[in-house]
Amino acid sequence: MQKKIGLKIVLILAIMLVFTALIFLGNDWSNSAAAIQKRGLMAGLQESIHLGLDLQGGAHFIYQVKVNEAVSAQSDAAVEILTEEFKKAGKAVADISKPDPAGDPDLIVVKGAVGDAVAELNRIVTERLPEYSPPSRGADNSYLLRMKQAELSKLKTLTVEKSIDAIRNRIDTLGVREPIIQEHGLGDYQILIQLPGADDTARIRELIQSTARLEIRQVFDTPAGYPDEASALQAHSGILPPNTILMHGRDVNATGETQDRVYIVAKVPVVGGTDVRDAQPTRDENGRPAVSFNLNTAGGNKFAAFTSAHSERTADPNHYLAIVLDNRVRSAASIRDEIRDRGQISGGGFTEESARDLATLLSSGSLPASLVSIEERTVGPSLGADSIRHGVQAAVVGMVAVMIFMLVYYRFSGVNANLALMLNLVILLGFLGVSGATLTLPGIAGVILTVGMGVDSNVLIFERIREELRNGKAAAAAVEQGFGRAWLTIIDTHVTTIVSAAILILFGTGPVRGFAVTLIFGLLANLFTAVFVSRVIFDAILGRKGRGEALSI
Amino acid sequence: MEFFRNTSIDFLGKKWIFLGFSLIFSVAGVLSMLFWHKIPLGVDFRGGTLVYVKFTEPPNEDQIRAALNRAGLNNARLQRYDAPAKNSELIDLPQRSQAATDVDSDRNLAIKALSGAAPQGKQDLNNIGASTVRDALIKRDPAHVAPAEYEKIARQIVEFRDKQRDGLFKSVDEAQQSGVQTGIVDALKQDFYTSNFHVFNAEIVGPQVGQQLRKQAILATLYSLLGMLIYLWFRFEMIYGVAAVVAVFHDTLITVGAFSLTNTDITLTVIAAILTLVGYSMNDTIVVFDRIRENIKVMRRESLAEIVNRSINQTLSRTILTSGLTFLTVLSLYLFGGEVLHGFSLALVIGIVIGTYSSIAVAAPMLVAYQEWRGRRVGSTPAPLPAQAAKGKVRVKA
Repeated sequence: MQKKIGLKIVLILAIMLVFTALIFLGNDWSNSAAAIQKRGLMAGLQESIHLGLDLQGGAHFIYQVKVNEAVSAQSDAAVEILTEEFKKAGKAVADISKPDPAGDPDLIVVKGAVGDAVAELNRIVTERLPEYSPPSRGADNSYLLRMKQAELSKLKTLTVEKSIDAIRNRIDTLGVREPIIQEHGLGDYQILIQLPGADDTARIRELIQSTARLEIRQVFDTPAGYPDEASALQAHSGILPPNTILMHGRDVNATGETQDRVYIVAKVPVVGGTDVRDAQPTRDENGRPAVSFNLNTAGGNKFAAFTSAHSERTADPNHYLAIVLDNRVRSAASIRDEIRDRGQISGGGFTEESARDLATLLSSGSLPASLVSIEERTVGPSLGADSIRHGVQAAVVGMVAVMIFMLVYYRFSGVNANLALMLNLVILLGFLGVSGATLTLPGIAGVILTVGMGVDSNVLIFERIREELRNGKAAAAAVEQGFGRAWLTIIDTHVTTIVSAAILILFGTGPVRGFAVTLIFGLLANLFTAVFVSRVIFDAILGRKGRGEALSI
Repeated sequence: MEFFRNTSIDFLGKKWIFLGFSLIFSVAGVLSMLFWHKIPLGVDFRGGTLVYVKFTEPPNEDQIRAALNRAGLNNARLQRYDAPAKNSELIDLPQRSQAATDVDSDRNLAIKALSGAAPQGKQDLNNIGASTVRDALIKRDPAHVAPAEYEKIARQIVEFRDKQRDGLFKSVDEAQQSGVQTGIVDALKQDFYTSNFHVFNAEIVGPQVGQQLRKQAILATLYSLLGMLIYLWFRFEMIYGVAAVVAVFHDTLITVGAFSLTNTDITLTVIAAILTLVGYSMNDTIVVFDRIRENIKVMRRESLAEIVNRSINQTLSRTILTSGLTFLTVLSLYLFGGEVLHGFSLALVIGIVIGTYSSIAVAAPMLVAYQEWRGRRVGSTPAPLPAQAAKGKVRVKA
């Protein structure tokens, strides 16, 4: 019996040591150990216990990814392929269009397809548009094309993933420690970004949100553009050429004034943002800041094919191209000859700084769809520090009050309970360190609640032991019975609370989740300390005492 | 030391008093929810903008309101934040449009409104971050060092402002006290000025998010109740689960009612507190139920009402002690936890008291009431309970 207790005590001490070490070492031991060696024990604590944004300050954003834009871009390309293939095959259809690009971005309607054209349509879809379902017949010889459901959701998910990658690349240039950039589970296609310690939210927002979508598009009529939309339309008697759109841009005239210009450009870009490999800040031929970029192989091939077919040497009257950034024309020029993989964004309007920022954005990859900010929180560092102080203060005051009461009320057994309580906290903090979970303000509250529940378990046991003693049982038997009976109740109460905390982890976000995580860790630790540890202490005491000696409870 | 010893209070005999008490509080809360303050939802759930501003002097709410109105931000709710000495104000701007673009426009408008007439071409040193300071320094290059060095200097200045000066410089000259070289501050003066306020916190929640969070909070509460009901059904018997869930619902209703009566905002953290009290109240109820289950096995001749009464009395000492101690910790949270935890700890302070009360006054009497009702339906008087002691699972039968 005594030997077994000795073993148990060794086990308890070992667990205590391990968890104490975990508090300071966390889950990245070498890193924390280095911090401790260099800057003392507190530094190790800072490395291993991650504080939430509410405690250390920082910025928190949630963005909605407009995935339909990516779908729309895909169907634009599909329309282009259809037009091209029908032309190649010499079959005519009345019209290929997207009736509702905003609300129903993948839908394409082919009108006036009869005879051979129908067979051709089916061939094109099977061979060139594998992401589309076979055409279904609508009214008046029209055919409806829809993307396959699986492909559609794959495209949307991919859009979110690509956006996250691009944002991560951009955030990395800020040098924020431990940023969180991930899909936000609460809504569809949302991204959560948490930047501890970040303070310049306006600048960060600009960096995150600018799509930096660089495109090269064919320009129609003239690279100088038109002064306004009306005159652009007038040049074509009110109807734009097929598959073109109007796009605004800026131009710097001879006297250095900037003026708004409207260009007629191809609906589908020759080269898209994903075709850019990298970009550097540079200067144009006039010595003004500019940005040069390189295309990747796929982009270079597309660009070369286009420029050789539409340069000044060909018969194409529309031998112009425009560099378009985020749906605005930055510069437009005539295509002199075939160009392979280099381009330059110039045309003035850059400062050294904005040229550098744009080069960063282009190199980090463009966003496949634009982002809409739907939630933004910033916590100043002074508020965070204040919260820590208050939270810790409250926890300490509460704990000391409880401990004093336990000592007074249960005398020596109170010491036992207090030891269990402290060990409970050590294990809880060790869990937090090793799991890499973040400690938030509600998390501190969770710690306080754990203290409350830990005390409850002890009170349950002690009251039960007292009851058994009153019923005339000997000390050892009373302890035995007390633990045995209270155990069932403790299991029931802990399991129910853990069930509800687990549900909070599943359905909760942010602060609620942080609270639930600490609560679960605390309750698990409590099952061990209140039941096992305090039992061992009782047994050890009873072992030393003679038969019939009273228990201090 | 011992406070309670062999008490024998007839709790069930007071069930009408309990019922009256519970009804008064629930009905008062429900009436307030329906007709008075409604359910005061925090920004998390209703959407909108909260801007926390610290001023150099005690804030003048009339001036702030006038400035906001001029900027087109009507219906702003102004309220002093934290201790009066902190000169802080919470500006609560309601959601203006359902459009999901530019969620932060209201905050920016508010900052602009507070800034008033700023010096031409200068930025407010009290409301920008380190990277803006760094860029300005790189541009001016007063110390002729590498950009990385300016980054360090910028951080030093901003950190000094936030940690030592609570985010507020009275003049750009004050940046000198952060220990930077003399030339630096002169360079800063060309690009910056100082206003009399500092935005130390901002929460902006779009309408879409508010809706999602509302749905999430309701679902989380319902699921956790369901989870507990199933667990109790499995461990005890259906009626025990139902009685416990009714008691917990009673607690939630009264707590939310109290928030409505005091017009305190229900935020995401308050929901966490309410879910905690759900767990806590359940905990308390289970302790009593456990004792009832145990007593049913031994007290074969007594009626259920007697058994329940005895069980409550036997656990009374534990109930009062635990609740008292937990209340102590929660109270310290309420008193010392600071402004941020105010709503959270308020919910717990109310919840612990109500949760303890409901296990004795709601859950336990419901068991007896159910059994009496069953007995009347069958047409016989309540008979002693058969005990299935061996299985540890006991059924309440008429």
